[in-house]
Amino acid sequence: MTISLIRPSLLALALTAGLIGSAQAETTLLNVSYDPTRELYQAFNPEFAKHWKAKTGQDVTIKQSHGGSGKQARAVIDGLEADVVTLALAYDIDVISAKTNKFPANWQKRLSHNSSPYTSTIVFLVRKGNPKGIKDWGDLVKPGVEVITPNPKTSGGARWNYLAAWGYALQQPGGNEAKAKEFVTELFKHVPVLDSGARGATNTFVQRGIGDVLLAWENEAFLSVNELGPDKFEIVVPSVSILAEPPVTVVDGVAAKRGTADVAKAYVEYLYSPVGQKIAAQHYYRPVKPELADAKDVARFPKLKTFTIDGLFGGWAKTQKAHFDDGGVFDQIFTR
Amino acid sequence: MSASRTFRVLPGFHLTLGYTLAYLSLIVLLPLAAVFLKTASLSIAEFWNVISAPRVVASYKLSFGVSLIAAAINAVFGLMLAWSLVRYSFPGKRFIDALIDLPFALPTAVAGIALTALYAKNGWIGQYLDPLGIQVAFKPLGVLVALVFIGLPFVVRTVQPILEDLDTELEEAAASLGAQRWQIFRHVILPVLLPALLTGFALAFARAVGEYGSVIFIAGNIPMVSEITPLMIITKLEQYDYAGATAIAVVMLVLSFLLLLLINGLQAWTAKRTGRDR
Repeated sequence: MTISLIRPSLLALALTAGLIGSAQAETTLLNVSYDPTRELYQAFNPEFAKHWKAKTGQDVTIKQSHGGSGKQARAVIDGLEADVVTLALAYDIDVISAKTNKFPANWQKRLSHNSSPYTSTIVFLVRKGNPKGIKDWGDLVKPGVEVITPNPKTSGGARWNYLAAWGYALQQPGGNEAKAKEFVTELFKHVPVLDSGARGATNTFVQRGIGDVLLAWENEAFLSVNELGPDKFEIVVPSVSILAEPPVTVVDGVAAKRGTADVAKAYVEYLYSPVGQKIAAQHYYRPVKPELADAKDVARFPKLKTFTIDGLFGGWAKTQKAHFDDGGVFDQIFTR
Repeated sequence: MSASRTFRVLPGFHLTLGYTLAYLSLIVLLPLAAVFLKTASLSIAEFWNVISAPRVVASYKLSFGVSLIAAAINAVFGLMLAWSLVRYSFPGKRFIDALIDLPFALPTAVAGIALTALYAKNGWIGQYLDPLGIQVAFKPLGVLVALVFIGLPFVVRTVQPILEDLDTELEEAAASLGAQRWQIFRHVILPVLLPALLTGFALAFARAVGEYGSVIFIAGNIPMVSEITPLMIITKLEQYDYAGATAIAVVMLVLSFLLLLLINGLQAWTAKRTGRDR
C-alpha cells in the first residue's frame, strides 16, 4: 500500500524537480564567427546577457567559436549547431543556407544594412616612416615594392583585398575589366608569399619582416599598430577602397530545434543597439549607426570613398564564380 | 582446405585474422572508401579536369619530388646518425638519442613556425644566407627543409635496431681477409641494412607527402611554384568543392600507394637477394 503511494509522489517530485531544473537551466547560444571578432564578442556577450536578464529574467550564456570564415561555414554545414553565424563575408553564409536549408536564401534582407551591423574596409599597413612612399593602390605595383596578402582562394578576408584592388583599377579614368585584370595581375607579381589565412599574412609581415605593405582589414591594421607599437608600423588609407561587410544571421533550423529562436534573434538585433554599436567601434569596426557610438571612437576612422560588392561587382555569387572558382580570374593570373 | 590443416604452434589464426581484417576495415579502409565514394559523384571528364589542372599538376611535382629528395637526404644522414649512435659511445649520447624523436612529438605547425623564424630573411640562419643569395623560407627549398626535419626519425629508428644486431665479427672477418673499408661497407654492411633503410626511406617519404602543418608556414604558397598538393585539397574545401578535394586526394592516395608498393617490392627483393628473407 505505502509503496503504491510513495511511487507516484516520488514521480511527481522528480517531475517538479525536472521542471524547476529546466527553468533554471541556463539558455546557451553558440555564435560561430571568424578570427578577428574574438575580442569584439568577448566584450559584447556579457553585455547582451545582462540585457537579456533584465528584459526576460532568463540567464543566457553565449559560447563563441572562431576560425577561418570558410572553415567555420563548413563546420556549420557539417553539423556544428550554431544558433547564430557572424562570418567575414556573405558568400560563406549563402553557402550554409544553400547546403543546409536551415534559413532562407534571402537571409541578408532580414536585418538592416545588409545584415552587417558593423563594417570595415581594406587599408595598407606599412613600416614606420613609410620608406617606400606608398599612398595609394597605384604605388603597390611600383618596382621593388613587396605586397603581403593572403591567398583569396583560401582566405575569405583576402577576397576583399583582391576585390578592393580590382575596384580601384576599374574606377580609374579609362578603367575597364581588362585594365583591372592587368592591374591585379601586376599586383600579385609583387606578392612574395601567399599565406593561407589573414593572421598568417600578418605574421609574415610583422614577425618575419617580409614585404613593404600588408593589405589588411582596417580593424586588424589598428590592432597591429596598437599591439605592436606605433613606433614600428603605420596605417595608410588609400583614396578608395571596398566596404567590407561581415554579416550576421540566425540559423533558424538550429535555433528552433534548441528552443533559442527568440534569444538568438534578440542577440543579432542587439548588435544594432547603442551598446552593440559602441562595442563595435571600440574594437575598430565601423558602426553602421555611428551616431550611437562614442564620438571619440568614430573619429579614429579616416574618411574615404568606398564601393560595395553589390554595387560594383553584382553580388558575391557572381563574383565568386567569375574570380575565385576554379578557372576564374585568379587562377588565370597564375597559370597563363 | 589443406592450408587450415597445417599445424600451428599457437592457436587462434582465424580469430586474429578476423580481428585484423575488421580493424583494418574500420580504421583504414572505411575512410578511404568514403574518399573514393565522394569522388564518384564526379564524371570522368570532371575528374580529369580537376586532377590535371596546371596548378594541381605543379603541386604533384613539388610534393612528390621534394618528398623523394627529402627522404633520400634522410636515408643518407639518418644512417650516419644511427651508425654513430650504435657504434660509438660519447657523452650526451642518450640525450641525442632522445632528441631524434622530437620531430615525432612536436606539433607540426610549431615546427613550421620555428623553421620559418630561423630561415626568414631576418631569422638567425636566414640573415647569413640572404647575402649569399640563398633564400630558404617561402621558396621550394623551405619545403625541403621542413620535410627533412619531420622525416628524420623514421630512418634512424628503423635502421638502429638492425645495426645493433649486426655482428662486428663479420666486419673483422672481412678486414682480416683483406677487404678495404669501402668494400666492407658495400658488401658486408649495406646488404644487411638495405631492407631496413628502404623501409625508413618509405616511411619518411609517406610522411612527407602527406605533411601539411609544417610546410604551409614555410612554403610561401605561390601558385605553380610552391604549393603542395595537400594545400590544393584545402583550397578546394574552401570553395566548398568537396568532390574536387577528394578527387585530388584519390590521386595522392593512388600515387603514394604505387610508390610504397614499389619500395616494398624493392625491399623484398633485396632481402631475398641477401638471404634475409623472413
